[in-house]
Amino acid sequence: MVERKGLRKIFSHLVLIFGVALVVTPIYVALVASTHDASDLLGRLPLWFGSHGSDNYSAILGTRLQEMGIASVGRQMFNSLVMAMGITVGKIIISLMAAYAIVFFRFPFRNLCFWMIFLTLMLPVEVRIVPTYEVVANLNMLDSYWGLTIPLIASATATFLFRQFFMTIPEELADAARIDGAGPVRFFFDVVLPLSRTNIAALFVILFIYGWNQYLWPLLVTTDENMYTVVMGRQRLVAVVDTEPEWNLIMATAVLAMLPPVAVVVGMQRLFVKGLVETEK
Amino acid sequence: MQRRAVFNNKFLPYLFVLPQLVITLVFFIWPAYKALNMSFFMEDAFGLSREFIGLQNFATLFADDYYLHSLRTTLVFSLLTMLMSMGVSLLMAVMADSVIKGSTIYKTFIIWPYAVAPPLAGILWLFMFHPGCGVIAYALQGMGYEWNHLLNGNQAMALVVIAAAWKQISYNFLFFLAGLQAIPHSLVEAAAIDGAGPSRRFWTIIFPLLSPTTFFLMVVNVIYAFFDTFGIIHAVTQGGPAKATETLIYKVFNDGFIGLDFGGSAAQSVILMIIVCTLTVLQFRYVERRVNY
Repeated sequence: MVERKGLRKIFSHLVLIFGVALVVTPIYVALVASTHDASDLLGRLPLWFGSHGSDNYSAILGTRLQEMGIASVGRQMFNSLVMAMGITVGKIIISLMAAYAIVFFRFPFRNLCFWMIFLTLMLPVEVRIVPTYEVVANLNMLDSYWGLTIPLIASATATFLFRQFFMTIPEELADAARIDGAGPVRFFFDVVLPLSRTNIAALFVILFIYGWNQYLWPLLVTTDENMYTVVMGRQRLVAVVDTEPEWNLIMATAVLAMLPPVAVVVGMQRLFVKGLVETEK
Repeated sequence: MQRRAVFNNKFLPYLFVLPQLVITLVFFIWPAYKALNMSFFMEDAFGLSREFIGLQNFATLFADDYYLHSLRTTLVFSLLTMLMSMGVSLLMAVMADSVIKGSTIYKTFIIWPYAVAPPLAGILWLFMFHPGCGVIAYALQGMGYEWNHLLNGNQAMALVVIAAAWKQISYNFLFFLAGLQAIPHSLVEAAAIDGAGPSRRFWTIIFPLLSPTTFFLMVVNVIYAFFDTFGIIHAVTQGGPAKATETLIYKVFNDGFIGLDFGGSAAQSVILMIIVCTLTVLQFRYVERRVNY
């Protein structure tokens, strides 16, 4: 650049630091609140960590919640993990298979299949909650891991991503494999799958966050406390303690509930950005 | 799509698409059809009898002041969320694009909110604005501003907008940054040599070149505000006070599961599906998404 940039640099850093502070503050406040006694939080919030952290966390992970009639947060975290992993792995597997069929085979109704999958993009679970709930209830899948995961498994975005990627695999590779006597199944496992590794990893990060953070669906299909996920179980906690808000416990639960997805995003930042930009939604 | 068949097998491709098709049919197409079907009937709460009433459910909806109010609320909410989130993100992305040192560290912090579930984002902000014990509510009261979102509809709206915009900052930031980094440096430099100042350069060169990203993000943000913010509203305001924050999604949930008005709820679902379809087509057809990456 032709001009001096010293002052502008400082200004940019100031704006960024202010922005980061804005973004991080709610998380910081939650962390601080989770280490205090409930009575410290009434009135004015302390600005630094307190000494009740271990009490609060052992209270929500231990039997304290069971006494209040809620499954412990440990149990809820386990449910969330099962749901998130079920959705993630399920989506990746069925999308890989569907995209493979659509790209590497010619068969009647191929276009029809493609458009039917495309339709799911337009039907997020939020807009069809009552009828989908009925279907799941009729299949006896309420209050089960199946009910939590399977209805959310079909995904047009993942199928599109894999289709897009498969189309960049050179045909010569497939021809060579065929001449060498490899069938479609062998080609899938020995060539296509290893080539898709990075895409699968990037998608895994995005889908794990999507699965872990589901809220409306678990709220509808679970009535049994033992099936609650941690993201929606928190809502129950607020309801129970409504008379005397124990914000320290609510915040400790919130911290635990956001820990896994935040760790995934920060730990796998590069894959996360790749997945986000490539799925484009 | 114009690639020739690589493998010939009569039976294998069906086996491969089958799982996805079955799930799509059972959990997507069938419920959508049911919603469409239900929206033309009137059913009592126990599902014992139903009566065909044509477009009556839709007519009732559009004559219902609550529904129109909810529609208006959703539009205000989406617009405010979009403007706030995109404005802040664009500013930060422009700044992050101009600094070299430390931009990775800033990025690491800015992507956090993406990982936070909407209801948790809601509860974090609720805690800070809580009239009884919130830091910000306390500060506002200290400045003589009475804050109580449980009573004041506008304040409740402000609170859910802030929480929703905060959560979306990460996404917008990453896309704006990618868009900015794709703008050729030589263009900006040429303008600088010709004597254009920083703000002039931004508005006459950078901003127009960024417009494909901006349009794409506008559509994505509207979809987000319409459909993905249920958790925030459910956790923070429950649509209140006096329905001031009752968006369309919240109303579908409320009428269907709390009010047990299945026909009306199905009609609302159908309208929402039409809205998503329009937005999705807009996103795919008219928004040149891949420019500038």
